[in-house]
Amino acid sequence: MRRCDLSAGVANAIRRHGEETFPHECCGALVGTGDEVTAAVPLPNTTEEGPRRRFLVRPSDYRTAEQQAAALGGDLLGFYHSHPDHPARPSQFDLDHAWPTFAYVIVSVMSGAARDMTVWFLKEDRSSFDEGTLNGDNENSDSDTAPAVHR
Amino acid sequence: MATTKILIPTPLRPYTDKQEAVEAHGATIGELLADLTKRHSGLKAHLYNEQGKLRSFVNVYLNDEDIRYLQKEQTPVSPGDTVSIIPSVAGGRN
Repeated sequence: MRRCDLSAGVANAIRRHGEETFPHECCGALVGTGDEVTAAVPLPNTTEEGPRRRFLVRPSDYRTAEQQAAALGGDLLGFYHSHPDHPARPSQFDLDHAWPTFAYVIVSVMSGAARDMTVWFLKEDRSSFDEGTLNGDNENSDSDTAPAVHR
Repeated sequence: MATTKILIPTPLRPYTDKQEAVEAHGATIGELLADLTKRHSGLKAHLYNEQGKLRSFVNVYLNDEDIRYLQKEQTPVSPGDTVSIIPSVAGGRN
């Protein structure tokens, strides 16, 4: 199973972003080296299809993400987004639009509070995602029992 | 025939031997991309859908212009031009 290691603060930054934009989806870039994500870079959700259930990183913001990754001395490793009031599992729409090799981190935000966080990688034949192992998200295990901690 | 430089985005570099830029032949964007996917066959499934059309989240720029606003895949390529493949990243819950 492929892994994705989040450095200290990254998981919280993603959770905070998802809570701030709730009930809309948030999105951003994952920057780091190898399997280690050292920074989450928030990006604007520019979808015109309804931001409660869609996100879009337009080409100009994608370019910015690659430039920021280089400026931070890392690589663009993938993207994160939130699923407001929905589980942290990829949708068919996620699959249809996925890029190979990238890590896709999804955080579920239920009633405004960030809950489960997962990571997914597109299969080479584009048929589905493989779930990866997400490390460094210490809040994940207790998120069901102590949601107030995330507010 | 002259070659044209094509800039490859991060997620597609594993299919171009990790190169950020590769060269391909072609008088139009369509010919260029056909030559590119011939040289680097792993790119094809990620650039084109099952109907052989460029995927909607694959953006191709001639210098700084999106080819959708030029002549799409019939857009002619001139010596010295640079072509960039730039992703849109989309998703969301069902």
